[in-house]
Amino acid sequence: MELVCPAGNLPALKAAVDNGANAVYIGFRDDTNARHFAGLNFAPNKMVEGIRYARGKGVRVFIALNTYPRPDGFGRFEQAVDKAADLGVDALIAADIGVLDYASRTHPTLNLHLSVQGSATNYEALRFYHEHFGIRRAVLPRVLSISQVKHVIDQSPVDIEVFAFGSLCVMVEGRCILSSYATGRSPNTYGACSPASHVEWIETDAGLDTRLGGVLIQRHPKGENVGYPTLCKGTFNTDGQIDHAIEDAVSLNAMELLPEMKAAGVKAVKIEGRQRSPVYVAQVTKIWREALDSFERSPSSFAPKPEWTAALGKVSEGAQTTLGPYHRPWQ
Amino acid sequence: MSALQTPIAAAQGSHRPRLSLGPITYYWPKEQVNAFYAMVAEAPVDIVYLGETICSKRNQVRHEDWLAIAERLAEHGKEVVLSTLTLLEAESELKRLRAICGQDRFMVEANDMGAVHLLAGRPFAIGPSVNCYNDRTLGVLARQGLKRWALPVELTRETLEQMQRAKPAGVETEVMAYGRLPLAYSARCFTARHKHLPKDDCRDVCMDYPDGLVVNTQDEQQFLVLNGIQTQSAHTLNLLAELPAMRELGVDILRISPQSQQMDQVIELFHQALSNVLDPAEASIRLNALMPVGPCDGYWHGKAGMAATAA
Repeated sequence: MELVCPAGNLPALKAAVDNGANAVYIGFRDDTNARHFAGLNFAPNKMVEGIRYARGKGVRVFIALNTYPRPDGFGRFEQAVDKAADLGVDALIAADIGVLDYASRTHPTLNLHLSVQGSATNYEALRFYHEHFGIRRAVLPRVLSISQVKHVIDQSPVDIEVFAFGSLCVMVEGRCILSSYATGRSPNTYGACSPASHVEWIETDAGLDTRLGGVLIQRHPKGENVGYPTLCKGTFNTDGQIDHAIEDAVSLNAMELLPEMKAAGVKAVKIEGRQRSPVYVAQVTKIWREALDSFERSPSSFAPKPEWTAALGKVSEGAQTTLGPYHRPWQ
Repeated sequence: MSALQTPIAAAQGSHRPRLSLGPITYYWPKEQVNAFYAMVAEAPVDIVYLGETICSKRNQVRHEDWLAIAERLAEHGKEVVLSTLTLLEAESELKRLRAICGQDRFMVEANDMGAVHLLAGRPFAIGPSVNCYNDRTLGVLARQGLKRWALPVELTRETLEQMQRAKPAGVETEVMAYGRLPLAYSARCFTARHKHLPKDDCRDVCMDYPDGLVVNTQDEQQFLVLNGIQTQSAHTLNLLAELPAMRELGVDILRISPQSQQMDQVIELFHQALSNVLDPAEASIRLNALMPVGPCDGYWHGKAGMAATAA
């Protein structure tokens, strides 16, 4: 299985490459990708340098172009597709049907992956994208159990990549607009969820309130660990019950499922986190490389080493990990 | 009401969008569903979308029952469209999808690209959860047989204007104009989670909430609604005051989304505004009184979806 790692800048790309990624995914420095954060992503010259660096070490580079252009922005996406093709990237990861159509017609040899933002959860959807745009791989949304992943792969016309580690979208990707409901900006339209520009931290007598678009998302007592206020992981009052009404502040860690993923026919495992630091990327890539190598050496006796799990737990959101959709309470 | 029932300017009333009723998004007992559509059969809606679009575990009304309701509504002169599940995960769900897409008595509204694939080559519609954000996407889908598309609810009037200018011939535009906004879908059932039940033993808890379960902020703002695997807005979208703009933009259909109470009155207010009997701004104010929480219309104006500019 291929290890696909995130890079939000050149040092992170080098960290991923040096620590054992098989492929690195990156984005342009604008709203054409789903990690459109201030100071993040690649200017064209850095992209050239990054691709050269990765290639030199036998690592592939994918470019994510996975937001949804409106008619007045479509031209910029065409230019971004052209640019990615000119750079000779190993794959373009896209979600929008119009963008995929343009890419497949204009650059017939460009390798296309369907982004998780494409929201394809079943093989009939994958057949659509394969038939019309010749996609060769799809990233599955984090909604399927392992047996469902296997079933999709059995019928799928394309290779399947799944998320294995990192921040966890609780909602099916590409069809969640909670963020724009509160802020006007969503992953689909703007490339960011719960954007920092709309977050306010307000100290109160009781502790710290966090607001997103003016809406109280978190209320932290004094001294409590404060995480980033992603809307779906907020604390609310539902019928008098004050809790994480949608999801706890947890991250995905599916390492223990590597044998099942392999048996299901998963082609690549993806690490989330283009917004994270180069140090984080280095650490997580290194551990996952070791895990994958250990698994490939002796598949039948594979188990995550406690030190890997502990180290990954430490760098996870909320310092807690979950199997998310891959385990029973979700299904 | 009578003072305002004078016809408004003919220029505003020249183009008359049709009125559609979206699928019931909540889990209602079968008797309630039947009573609801008995009301709808006599009500002034032109198009009715039918079917379970949220959760395949909801089995009070089965495929054959939906078809029977569809026939009754068709006898009353309604255009009936069968609506498909939004989030498809299991093979059993694909099997049901194939049954819907395989019949040719009624047009089908695809709510997922899997359904689009199965419907390609025949006339079909797409619902607001199919991501159609630009005219290039519309063009691709039109070549597959798309006859009607629904504006994704987070898009603005300005984007709709661009889409209307560039959309392919023969494709109708539908805009959701009333109802709690569909905001997200998940593998997880949040209603079951709230009741500390696993999804595979959910005991149909979502049936206890005929308009969903309201999630409040800790400072008592009604914010979201949990509806099984779907999350909706607590506030109800109301774009009726925008009817003059919709007419101007050539919107073909206004969609209203069912709620458990006073739906007959909601339909009537839309009908009166569409028929130039009641001023849309006045009708819109009256609508606000019929909502479970209150109105919102931010997306249309390019703001946060929860914003209420007309209120």
